[in-house]
Order: sequence, then C-alpha cells, then structure tokens
Amino acid sequence: MANAAGPKRLTMSEVGVAIALGALALYATAVAANGWSVAFRFHGFLTLAASVAGIFAIFNNFYERGPDLPPAEIDGRPNYNFGPVKFMTAAAVFWAIAGMSVGLYIALELAFPGLNVAPWFNFGRLRPLHTSAVIFAFGGNVLIGTSFYVVQRTTRARLAGYLAPWFVALGYNFFIVLAGTGYLLGVTASKEYAEPEWYAKLLLTVVWLTYLGVFVGTLMRRKEPHIYVANWFYLSFILTIAVLHLGNSPTVPISLMSDKSYIVWSGVQDAMIQWWYGHNAVAFFLTVPFLAIMYYFVPKRAERPIYSYRLSIVHFWTLIFIYIWAGPHHLMYTALPDWTQTLGMVFSIVLWMPSWGGMINGLLTLSGAWDKLRTDPVLRMLVVAVAFYGMATFEGPMMSIKTVNALSHYTDWGIAHVHSGSLGWVAYISFGAIYSMVPWLWKRQGLYSLRLVNWHFWISNLGIVLYVSSMWAAGIMEGLMWRAYNRQGFLQYSFVDTVAAAHPLYAVRALGGALFLSGVFIMAWNLWMTVRAAPAGVAAAPLPAPAE
Amino acid sequence: MAIRFDHGKLERNVFWLAVASVLVIAVGGLIEVAPLFYISNTIEKVGSIRPYTPLELAGRDIYVREGCYLCHSQMIRPLRDEVERYGHYSLAAESMYDHPFQWGSKRIGPDLARVGGKYSDDWHRQHLKDPRSVVPDSIMPSYSFLFATPLDLRPLPAKLRVQKLLGTPYTDEDVAKARQDAVTQATDNADGADDLAKRYPRAVSRDYSGAGSPTPTEADALIAYLQMLGTQVDFKAYKDQANYR
Repeated sequence: MANAAGPKRLTMSEVGVAIALGALALYATAVAANGWSVAFRFHGFLTLAASVAGIFAIFNNFYERGPDLPPAEIDGRPNYNFGPVKFMTAAAVFWAIAGMSVGLYIALELAFPGLNVAPWFNFGRLRPLHTSAVIFAFGGNVLIGTSFYVVQRTTRARLAGYLAPWFVALGYNFFIVLAGTGYLLGVTASKEYAEPEWYAKLLLTVVWLTYLGVFVGTLMRRKEPHIYVANWFYLSFILTIAVLHLGNSPTVPISLMSDKSYIVWSGVQDAMIQWWYGHNAVAFFLTVPFLAIMYYFVPKRAERPIYSYRLSIVHFWTLIFIYIWAGPHHLMYTALPDWTQTLGMVFSIVLWMPSWGGMINGLLTLSGAWDKLRTDPVLRMLVVAVAFYGMATFEGPMMSIKTVNALSHYTDWGIAHVHSGSLGWVAYISFGAIYSMVPWLWKRQGLYSLRLVNWHFWISNLGIVLYVSSMWAAGIMEGLMWRAYNRQGFLQYSFVDTVAAAHPLYAVRALGGALFLSGVFIMAWNLWMTVRAAPAGVAAAPLPAPAE
Repeated sequence: MAIRFDHGKLERNVFWLAVASVLVIAVGGLIEVAPLFYISNTIEKVGSIRPYTPLELAGRDIYVREGCYLCHSQMIRPLRDEVERYGHYSLAAESMYDHPFQWGSKRIGPDLARVGGKYSDDWHRQHLKDPRSVVPDSIMPSYSFLFATPLDLRPLPAKLRVQKLLGTPYTDEDVAKARQDAVTQATDNADGADDLAKRYPRAVSRDYSGAGSPTPTEADALIAYLQMLGTQVDFKAYKDQANYR
C-alpha cells in the first residue's frame, strides 16, 4: 500500500472506511429526521455525529501522517502499537467508575425506593445500564485492551491493521454509548446481558468481526513458533462470543425507522437460547479471557513460569467444552423440558473440575514466590482474584443442583454469587492487570504509590465481604420465608414480608458497594498520578518464559 | 497408543486452533438447543392459547421497555409453596407467542405469571401510580407517567406484521385493524368489542385506565396486558399427565 518515494496517497482502507461512514451518516440523518420515537431520533443524531467525527479523524490523520504507514519493525525490534491499548485502559477506568456508581445507586433504590426518578432513573431502566457498564464497558475495555497488549508482547509482532485497531477501540465504546443511553430512554430487547436493540447489535457484530481479524492477523505475524497459552483463551473468547451473539440476536425490526424489533425465537426455545447465551457470557466473557489475563500477568508479576503447562492444556479444552452445556441451570424447575435441565445440572457440576484446574495452575505459579504477597499489593490483588475465582466456581456448581436451586433461584443468593465472581474475580484481576500495565504503557519506573494500592485492596476487600455476606443472608432468608408454612398448613409469609425483611440487608449491601467504589476512586487517582508524576523509565518487566 | 495426538500442532497453527475451539464449543449448544425445535412434546398441547391483542401486545412492549422483568418473574415452578402462592405451575405453551420470553431471573417483587384477574383495574391503577399506598412495604417505583402518556398507535400494524412473519397466527384482518382494535379494547361498551372478541377469544374491552379518554394511554395497554396474564388455559380441563415430558 505504502510507496516510499511516491506522493502521499490515501490507502484503500482509509477510503473504504470513509465511504462506509458516509453511508452510515446518510442513514443516521434519515433516522434523526424521521425516526418513530424520540429515543431513535436521538440515536440518529449520535450516530450522525460519530460518523462525521470518524470521517474527519481519517482525513485529519491523513494530513498529519507521513507518506508511509508505521513500520512493523524498527531496527529489527517490533514496533508495538500501544495507542489503542492506552485508550482502552483509560476507558476501562472511566467505565468502572460509571458502571459501579450506577450499581451503587440502584442498590440504594432497593433500600430506599424514594430514590427512583421516573421514567429515566427507575430501577428497571438503570439495572441493565449497571450490568452492561460493568460487564461490557469496564470488562470489555479491559479484555480488548489487554488482549491487544498481550498478543503483541507474546508474538513480538505489531498489531495487525492500521485503522482496524482504532476502529475496534472507538467502535466498541460507541456501541456502549448507544446501548447505555438506549436503556435510559427505554430502548431494550430485554434479553439479559444482551439488551441492546437491533442496530446496536449490528454495530457490535461489525466491531467484533474486525476485532477477530486484528487478533488473528497479529497471531499470524508472530515471531514465536508457539501460540502462548493466554492467546488460546483470548481467541476462544472472541470466537465463542461471536457465535453466542449471533445465536441470541437474530431479530426483525418492525421498521428501519423504529428502534423496536422482535427476536425470531419465542417462549421456551427463546429461554433456552437466552441462557445458553447468558451463562456463556459468564463463561466466555467473564471467565475465559480473564484467565488469559491470569496466564500473562500472574507469571509476569510473580516472575515465575506457569506451574504446569500440561494442566493449562487439559483445563483449557475441558473448560470450554463443558461450560457451554451449563446454561439450563438458569432454568431449573421451569417449563424447559426435564431432560435439558438434567443435562445442564450434570455438566454444571462437572464444570467444577476444569475451573479448579485453572485456579490451581494460577495459584501454584506462586510457588517459590509467595513472599511477594507481603511486598507487592498488585500481585496480592491478582492472587486473591484467583482465590475468589475458585470460591465462585465451587458455589456455582453447588447452586446448579436442583434441590439447592429450588431454594436459591429467584433470590438474592444469585446476586451474592454473581458479585463474589464479578467483584472478587473479574474486577480484582482487572485491577491487577491495569496496575501492572499502566507503568509499562506510559514508560514509568513503577506506580505512583504502592501504599494507595494497599488501601484500595483492603477497602474494596471489606466492601466485597459486606456485599456478599449480606446478599447470602438475604437470599437464604428469602428462600426459606417463601416456603415457610405455619402450623395450620398455610403459607406463613406474604411476599412483601420478605421484601421488608431484606431492607437492612439491602442497606448493608449498598455500604459494601460504596466501599468497593471508593477503592476504584483511589485506583483512578493513583493511575492518574502515575501517568502525570511518576519518574519516567522502563519498569522491570522481563519477557515471560516462552511456551513449553 | 499407536496414534499419538500432538497438541503442539494446534499451538503452532492459528487456523486449526480456531477450528478446534469452535467445534468443541458447538457440541453442547447443538445438543441442548436443536432438539427443542423438533421434539413434539416440548410445548404442551393446549388448544386455547391465542396471540396477544394489539393493546395487550403494546402493553407487553411497555412491560419490556420499563424492565419489569428485572424484578418480576413470569414462571411458576412446580413447587408446593409456589403453586399455593401463585397458582398452577407455568406451561411452556403459555409463552409460545412470547417474542421475547419474559420468564425473568429474579424476584425482587412477586411472580406475575397469573396476576391476570387477581386484582381489580382500580387496584392496578392505584398501585402503578403509588405502589406504597396499597402495599406499604413495597419498593416498586411509581409508574404514574404511563397515565399521562398517550399510547403510540402508529407502529401497531408493523408490530403485528413482523410477529406474523415470525409465526404468530395473526390474520391479515388482525394486522389491518390493529390500531382500531387497540382503541376498541381500551373503551367501555365499544362497538367493535364483539368483533374483537371473535378474533381474540376472551379479549375483554373496557376502560382499563379509568380515564374515560377517547384514545388509550400507555396505562390502558399495560393494565390490559397484566389482566390477561395467565388466563389463557382452563386448568380444570387440562391433563397434567398427558403432557408429561
């Protein structure tokens, strides 16, 4: 594409993306003018603004850049592309604060219902905003960002594509903005963890396939013969999320000028496909790629090789094979046929083993380096995350047993389980990765303050304990009260008695959430000061031992 | 073993690694999902389930829009306490026309699968406007704005047309009359009420929101939907054992 001596030319991809954005701008203009609902017209305006900004950015960059695109190598050393990684790391911190603040607010709404402000800030509209912001905005930026970092480092190759990595980073975050503002305005498909409407889902599909292309393209450029373990997990995450997204999203809009669509599946099949998707969003979004983070950042930070290469092979294949079956445990005792429920239960219990295989491999990587837990709070965060992973992956199979599920389902026990996994495992391993990566990316000798990391660790840990134990107590109490009979053989409690009984526990949960959120503010300050004020220099970051 | 599997080959080839991992994840999903589309007893044989009327469908879309499913399930499990609290356990047939399903996953409030007919319209009006005035310990938000929002009739024919495309048995007449049907069903003693009930058995036309206005509000639609929930099957005639799965 680039010709060294000739005049500066637009590349094919610059032209192509600009034309595609131009076409999008035309459609967005039509929507902004004629959309059937206020929400859709608003999204028309947003999309118009974003596509015009995209076209402007392409031409602006064209005038600023040299005649040649950046080389893949400089003096025989890989010329890494860390721009999108930096952007997504910063976005992850922003979305963590946003998503967890919404979480705190809806926790307070449950304890103090007067806080609901109709219609935009009612619980029903804010809850998908919270879950999407923490899972897909915070988690997603961490995952795409770290995968772009890890894949370059472990292949010793520059990220594939010139515009593509930036298209992934910006397009993904624009998808988040469309989805999130849509929930507030009442645009939702109501499929849990897949609530965005048809147009946002289409955008995500394009972004995600581009992401797959960038990732695979980078792997194909690799200088190492072997593909490092972390990249198996990232690759499986990208591919499976694509499959799940396509399976759970086929939907027919009622008009190209309407945000409303109907999913082609209905009733019991829709329920099964939803939880095939939903549980594997937990599996392939919140587990598999975060294990990739574990496989890169724990060995790096501990300066020890992975405990067992063989175990990583065995647990990778068994984990991805078995996880996909576990969906029906969300539908125990429902109108889903019994045979499907039984399959779901059996595989959920078996899943305990590969999950712990991963945990053991992560924890035992610390062999000979356990003393570092005293001195390195970042490593401590990573390791405690793996411990929470082990805990949540024991609790999950237990809750899948039908008799346990009869008590736990529909109660706050589910909320407890989800948050011990998401706060303890997902958020902690993300914080550990971000704390490690920021000094590397911005070429600092180290973090601004390890003391602040320590504060973050203990405050948020206390937050998790309060959150999870209050929701355990609430959940088991609700389950027992719903099935309690008095001596005459009548149900002892009305439903609303259980709501009243949960009030103090809802208040404690909000306190736990507030503590966790304050930890994130401490982290944001620490990272800001690291970038602003920490002494420049290259942090000690030895390359990981090659695979095998 | 004669044939030795060399994992190193997968580790050195992106293409085969990708193919292998997609094959491995495809198995479980195919085995659990695909049979649900052709095993005939997946959905019980119940003759009486009809599609939603346009007003009920609009109400259902408001239920979805406001995220009601995040606090209210629509799935009664066959457990003693649930059947006594909420009524007969839910059948798959009862949600066969639900695009998307609304079974829910969490009960911050009670199950609504059979809320239809349990309370008066008046109770629902009061409860939606100010939940704590009828249930003092309730933590539900107020939905009084639904009473002030006129129902958008424009998309109704398009909604029915798409549902018909997806297999819901609406007729061309149902699609053509969608807007008129919605107005009829939200009005007391309406002229078209008999015609509506002929095409949608057991559909009741009345002024659900009690506002007496000639055009329906979003509250009319939502209450019409709530009042029909779980009322489609006559359980005195339903044979549990005939549908054992």
